[in-house]
Amino acid sequence: MTDDTPRTTVRMTVNGEDVETTFGTHKTLLEVLREELGLTGTKHGCELGECGACAVEVDGKPILSCLLMAAECDGAKVETVEGLMDDARLHPLQEAFADLGAAQCGYCTPGFLMTAKSLLDANPKATRAEVKEALSGCLCRCTGYQQIFDAVLSAADKMGRA
Amino acid sequence: MMRAPPLRHVFATSVKEAAHLLATDPRAMILAGGTDVVPNLKRRQFAPSLLVSVKRVDALRAIRAVAGGGLSIGAGVSLSDLAVDARFAKAARALRSATAQVATPHIRNVATLGGNLCLDTRCTYYDQNLEWRQAIGYCMKAPKSSGGVALRDKEDCICWVAPQSPKCKAVSSTDSAPALIALGASVVLESKDGERTLPLRELYADDGMAFLTKRGDEILREVVLPADFQHWTSTYWKLRRRDSFDFPVLGVGAALKLGSGGTITDARIALGGVLSAPILVPESATLVGKTLTDDAITAFAELAAKHAKPLDNTDLEFPWRKRVTKVFVANALKELRGDDRASMGRLAERAVVG
Amino acid sequence: MNPTNWNRDPKNSVGKPRRRVDARARVTGQVRFADDLSLPRMLHCRLVRSHVPHAKILGIDASKALARKGVKLVLTGEHFPIAYGVLPVSHDEHPLCNDKVRFVGDPVAAVIATTEEEAIDAANDVVVHYESLTTIATPQEALATPEPRIHTYGDSGNVHKKVHFEFGDVDASFAGAAHVFDDTFFYEGNTHLPIEEHASLAIQDPEGKLCIWSSTQTPHYLHKALAKALAMDPAHIRVIATPNGGGFGGKSDPFNHEIVVAKAALMLGRPVKICLTRLEVFYCHRGRHPIEMRMRTATDKDGNVLALDLQTLLDGGSYGSYGVASTFYSGALQTVTYTIPRYRFRGCRAFTNKPPCGPKRGHGTPQPRFAQEVQLDRIAVKLGKNPAALRLQQLAQPGSLTANFMRIGTIGLGACIDKVVEGSRFRERWGKLPFGRGLGLACSSYLCGAGLAINWAELPHSGVQLRLDRSGEVTAFCGATEIGQGSDDVLANIVAEILGIPPFDVRVVTGDTGLTPVDLGSYSSRVTLMMGNAAIQAAERARDLIAKSAGEKLGVPASRLVFANKRVFDAQDPNVGMTWLEALHRAESDHGTLGTVGSYRPAAPAAKYKGGGVGPSPTYSYSAAVIETQVDPDTGWIHVEHVWVAHDIGRSLNPTLVEGQVIGSVYMGLGEALMEEQVFRRLPPRLSNALVHKIPSILEYKSLTSKDMPDVTTYLIEDPDSAGPFGAKEVGQGPLLPMMPALANSVFDAVGVRVDEIPVTPEKVIRALEAKSKRYGPDEFPTVDWPEPLKVAPPWEGGDGTAQNEKPRKSKIAKDGTRIVTP
Ligand SMILES: Cc1cc2nc3c(=O)[nH]c(=O)nc-3n(C[C@H](O)[C@H](O)[C@H](O)COP(=O)(O)OP(=O)(O)OC[C@H]3O[C@@H](n4cnc5c(N)ncnc54)[C@H](O)[C@@H]3O)c2cc1C
Ligand code: SF4
Ligand code: FES
Ligand code: FES
Repeated sequence: MTDDTPRTTVRMTVNGEDVETTFGTHKTLLEVLREELGLTGTKHGCELGECGACAVEVDGKPILSCLLMAAECDGAKVETVEGLMDDARLHPLQEAFADLGAAQCGYCTPGFLMTAKSLLDANPKATRAEVKEALSGCLCRCTGYQQIFDAVLSAADKMGRA
Repeated sequence: MMRAPPLRHVFATSVKEAAHLLATDPRAMILAGGTDVVPNLKRRQFAPSLLVSVKRVDALRAIRAVAGGGLSIGAGVSLSDLAVDARFAKAARALRSATAQVATPHIRNVATLGGNLCLDTRCTYYDQNLEWRQAIGYCMKAPKSSGGVALRDKEDCICWVAPQSPKCKAVSSTDSAPALIALGASVVLESKDGERTLPLRELYADDGMAFLTKRGDEILREVVLPADFQHWTSTYWKLRRRDSFDFPVLGVGAALKLGSGGTITDARIALGGVLSAPILVPESATLVGKTLTDDAITAFAELAAKHAKPLDNTDLEFPWRKRVTKVFVANALKELRGDDRASMGRLAERAVVG
Repeated sequence: MNPTNWNRDPKNSVGKPRRRVDARARVTGQVRFADDLSLPRMLHCRLVRSHVPHAKILGIDASKALARKGVKLVLTGEHFPIAYGVLPVSHDEHPLCNDKVRFVGDPVAAVIATTEEEAIDAANDVVVHYESLTTIATPQEALATPEPRIHTYGDSGNVHKKVHFEFGDVDASFAGAAHVFDDTFFYEGNTHLPIEEHASLAIQDPEGKLCIWSSTQTPHYLHKALAKALAMDPAHIRVIATPNGGGFGGKSDPFNHEIVVAKAALMLGRPVKICLTRLEVFYCHRGRHPIEMRMRTATDKDGNVLALDLQTLLDGGSYGSYGVASTFYSGALQTVTYTIPRYRFRGCRAFTNKPPCGPKRGHGTPQPRFAQEVQLDRIAVKLGKNPAALRLQQLAQPGSLTANFMRIGTIGLGACIDKVVEGSRFRERWGKLPFGRGLGLACSSYLCGAGLAINWAELPHSGVQLRLDRSGEVTAFCGATEIGQGSDDVLANIVAEILGIPPFDVRVVTGDTGLTPVDLGSYSSRVTLMMGNAAIQAAERARDLIAKSAGEKLGVPASRLVFANKRVFDAQDPNVGMTWLEALHRAESDHGTLGTVGSYRPAAPAAKYKGGGVGPSPTYSYSAAVIETQVDPDTGWIHVEHVWVAHDIGRSLNPTLVEGQVIGSVYMGLGEALMEEQVFRRLPPRLSNALVHKIPSILEYKSLTSKDMPDVTTYLIEDPDSAGPFGAKEVGQGPLLPMMPALANSVFDAVGVRVDEIPVTPEKVIRALEAKSKRYGPDEFPTVDWPEPLKVAPPWEGGDGTAQNEKPRKSKIAKDGTRIVTP
C-alpha cells in the first residue's frame, strides 16, 4: 500500500459497539476486522470464498468476510466470535462445542460458531438436516463434522429449554 | 493473504446513476454481491479502477407482478431470498432449485441474481492466481494484468484448452441462467442511452471472452418471467462433485407446458455448464404434441446431449459430463412426468432442490 | 529409563469423556495462531517463486523492487549458501534457491516491505532470468531420463532411493503355492489441506537472539534447521510452535519461509512476518506420494498368505523431505496385520519437477495398505470365503516378531473386525445385496511413534518437566506441539490422573524450544505414547516425593496412599488423609522447591539390518472398517451410505477426543478414497515447458463438505498395551487407513468392478463397467533396475534381525550427539 492508495472510511457496529475506521479501499471486511480492528478471532483459509473460515454475521446473516468489500459495510451490524460470549459467560454453542469435541484445531471453529448462531437465531428448532445444510459453507479438515452437528443440536436443545 | 489491487468504490443510489458512472469510466465495474468479482480481483483476473456498488439501489431488490401476469425480479435480489420465495415454489421450481444450489448458504446470502446471470465464464486455466497464470504463459482470456508485471502480449497468448481455437472456451457456469432460459425469461438492460428488453438466452454468446451480448455500460435491471409461467411445470438438475460449494459442470433446466392427457403443448430444455453460453436445446419444439413416453424421452435426451461440448477445463472428466448430460435430460423429463426422483439413484436425489 | 509402572486401572480423569483443557480458548477465538500475531514495527515478507519447473538461475534483477518506497530488503539465494533438510541423509533444500529451481513454486527471492500489499507488488517486480532444463513430470520419466539430474545426490540419475529386502525364500513359497495373486495398483498423490495457511513471525529478541513463532508440527527440527542454515549457535535460537490450524503432516518439515523471515528479522532488527497464500500451501505440500504398486501374494488352498512380494515406485517430487523414510514405509508395515511368513519388498523413489512429497497422515503406508486389502478381497472372492473370515483366520499374533522383525504388542484387530462385521451385518449381507449396493471391509495397522528417531541420537524422544507450585497448580512443560489432535489435553490428563487433581488445574506449556524439554514433534502418532510415558515418569516422581512426606505425617506407608479428588489418603481408610495443598506444602518443606522430569526413549528395535530402523514402534494400533455404498450403474456415481469403524486404541485417555480423531480420520480417508488428488498439468510440450499444479485452490482440490459426510458408527476397542501410557495407543492416523480399500471393495460388491486406483471416481467406475476386464487400473508396473536384495532370515527361519549379506557399517557420534551410520 502506498500513499496514493485510495482509502475509505466506514462506520459500522461491531459486536454491539460503534466503530469508525479508515482503510485501503481494496480491503475486505476480513482484512479490516483482523488488521484494522485487531479482531483476529475471524480466520482465513483461502480469501476466495472457498472454505468458510472467515464467516461472520452481517445484518443477521452469516456471510463470508473475505468476499465482502469493507467499503460496502458502512452502516452494517457485524458480529464476530469475539462478541459471542454474554459478558464472561460462554454462549450455549460455545459450551456445546467445547464439551462435545466440536473444535479440534479450532481454526474453522469461529466460522462454524457464527454460522450456527445465525441458524439457531432464525430457526431454534433446526433439524440435523437443516444444520448440515446451514453449515455446508464451512469446511473442517479435522472433525469429520459429526461432533459439530452434535454440538449445534445439543446447544439448540439447551437454548430451547432455557 | 490474497488481496484485491488498489481501487475505488462508490455507492450508486439509482440505476440511472450507476449507468452514468459506467458510461463515464470504461474501467468501472458493477459490484453487486461481489462473490464473483472479489475472488477474480484477488486473483488479478482483471483490474477495474472503480467498483460501482448497487447495494443501495432499492429498486433492484423488488419482486413485483407485471401487467398481464408475468413477474419481474430485480437484479439485486439475493439468491437466498429467491430460493425460499413461495412464488417460485411450483411453476418456477427450476429457479428455486437452481438458486438454492449455487455455491454455499453464506455466498447465497449476498450473491444476487444479476451477478449470477453476468457471472464470468470459468476455466481451470483462468481461475488461478497471477503467479500460476504466469507459469503457463497466460492465456487469451487474461493475457494482461494490473499486477505490475510485464506480461506477454495478447497476440502470443493462446487458448490452452483448445490451442487451435480462435475463441476462448471458458465455461458458462451460472446455475440460474439455464433455469430461467427454460422458464422463458427475458431481461431488461438499462444504460444512459435508455433501456431494452431481450430474451435471456440472447444475453449470451458462445464465446468465453465475449460471453455477454450486453455492452459494458449496460446494467441488468430486472428479469421478467413471461405472463403464462404459472401454467408451466419446471425443474433444474445440477451436476457437481460435492453437495455444496461447487460450480455446475452441467445444469439442465427443463420446463414443459402439459395439455390434457399429458400431451406436451410447449417445451423448453436448456443446458448450462457445457459450453461458453447456456443454450436452449433447439430441438425442444420437437417434444410438442408428444407424451412423455420412455422412448420419446430417450430420443430427446440423445438429441439434447449432442449440443453439450464439454472440454477439459472444469472439474470431472468431460466425456463423463457428456454422458451424464443424457442421463440428466432424460431424468429431468421423467421427473416432470411425475416419476419419483428416489427411484433414479443417489445422484438424482441430490441434483434437484425443492 | 522408561516407566514400567503403568497403571491398568486409572481412577481419576483418564478414560472419562470430557471437554479438553484448551477447549475454551478454541471456542472463543482466543487461540493465537501464527498469523494472528502482530508486533510493533512489523514488516511483511513475500516470496518470489519460480514460474518455471526446472531451470538454472542466470540472474535476478531486484532493482525495481528495491526502488519501491516500502521495500526494506530483498533476499536471494546468495544470502543462503547452506543447505538443510529434515532427514540427515537429504539436506537438499536452500531457503532460497541457489543455482537452480526444481518446480513451479520453488522460492528464488524474498521481498520484505512495510505492508503485505507493498511486498506483493514488489515481488511481482523482481525479474528472474532462467535457462530452462528438461522437465521431468513422472517417476517413469525420471527412470528414463537420468540427465539432467534434478539433484546431484541420490542413488543414480533421477532416482533418489532404491531399497530391496528379502525375508526368507519368497520365490520358493510362490513355487509351492496353491494360488498366486498378482495385481497392480496406483494411488494418486494428495495433500493435507489444513485450513490454516502456514505463517511465521520472527524477531530479534531484546537479547539480540532469534525468536520465531511458527505454525510448525516440529519445533525441534525447525530449531535444528535454523541453526544449520543460518550457521547460528542453537542456544541463541528459540522456536515457538503456535497451535497449528490443522497439520496432518503438512507442517512437519522445516520450511524455507521460516528460515527466510528469521534471517530477515536478524538483518533488519525488526519483526518480520509471512503468511502463505493457499497457492503457496499447495507448493509446500509434503503430502501423500503418488505410488505405483505391484503386489504378488502366494497363498495356500485356504487363502492363508505364504509370501508377499511388493514393489513400489514413489513420485517424490523435487526434494528429499521425509522421502527416504516414506520409501521404507511403503513396505515396512505390510507384515504387522496378518501373518506373513515370507516377504520381499522393493521400493524406489524418483525425483520429479513437482512440489516435494512427504508425510501425510499414515505416512507411506495407506498406499500399500490399499493394495493389500483390495487383493485380500479378491482372494476371498476367488476362494469363495467371506472377507472377514479370510482375515480372521490369519491375524498376526500379539507379542510376536514379524518376518521383517517388527515387534508387535497387543492386537485388538480381531475384536475390531467382529464389531464392524456385527454392526454392518457384513456376514449376512456381503455379496447378497441387490446390484448397485455394496459392502466393503478393510483393516489396517499403524505405528505408535517411530522406534528410531530421525537423528539417531541416544537421547530421549520426549521429555516432560513438572513444576509444582505452592498454589496447587502444576505446570507441565513439554516440547510436544498441539496441532488440534489434543496433545495438550493428553499431557494435562496424565499428570492430573497421577496426582489426583482435575486436568484443569494443570497448566500446559508446550512446543517452545526456549522453555520446554525436547519432544521430537507431532508426527508418526508418537505424542500420546512417548510424551505420555514421559509425563507418567515425571508425575510419578512428583507423586512419590509428595507421598513420602504425606505418608510420614499420616503414619501410612507411602505405597498405600491414593491420590484422588485433590486429596491424598490411605487406601485402607480414606478418612485418613490430607488435602492436595497440604501434601504439597509438606513435600515442599521436606524437599525444597518441587519439580520433576520424565523422559521416554523406545526400546532398541529388533530389526538390526540396514533400513530396519523404519517401521519398528513401541506398539501398533489396529483398525477395521466396513463401508456401505450405493453405486449408480448409469453414471458410476458413488454414494457412501454409512461407515462402521472400530479402532484398537489400547485405552482411551479421553474418549471425546479419541472419537473425534476416529471420525476425522474417516473423513479424510473418504476424501482420499473418493476425490482428493494433488495432480499436475503439463502443457503441450511443443508449445510450452510448463508443468503446473492443476488445481491449487480449496474449491478445486475437493474435500468433503458437511453434506457429503456420511454418518459414522464408531467402536473403540480397549485392550491396554503395556507400552502405552495407561495402555493407550495412537488414534490420529490409523483409522484413516482402511477407508480407501474398504470403499473400493464396497464398489466391487455393488457393481462387480475393480477400480485399482485411488481416488475411485465415477468416471473410473464407468470405464471399469465398460471394460472387458471389469477393471480400471494400471496394466503393469514400470521396469525398475532393482539392486541386489538385503537378505534377512525371518525369526522362524533362524534369523536374528541382521542381514546375511550386509557389509559392516561404521557409526560415529557427531558433535550434537547424533549417531551417523555409514555403510
Ligand atoms: C466458492 C464459490 C462457489 C460458487 N459456486 C457457484 C455456483 O455453484 N453456481 C453459480 O452460478 N455461481 C457460483 N459462484 C459464483 C457467484 O457466487 C454467483 O454466481 C453469484 O450469484 C454472483 O452474484 P454476485 O451478486 O455476487 O455478483 P458480483 O460478483 O457482484 O458480480 C458478478 C458479475 O456480474 C456483474 N454484475 C452484477 N450485477 C450486475 C448488474 N445488475 N448489471 C450488470 N452487471 C452486473 C459484475 O460487474 C460482475 O462482472 C460461486 C462463487 C464462489 C466464490
Ligand atoms: S478456455 Fe482457453 S482462453 Fe479461455 S480461459 Fe481457458 S485457456 Fe484461457
Ligand atoms: S477465507 Fe476462505 S472463505 Fe473466506
Ligand atoms: S477443527 Fe480443525 S479445521 Fe475444523
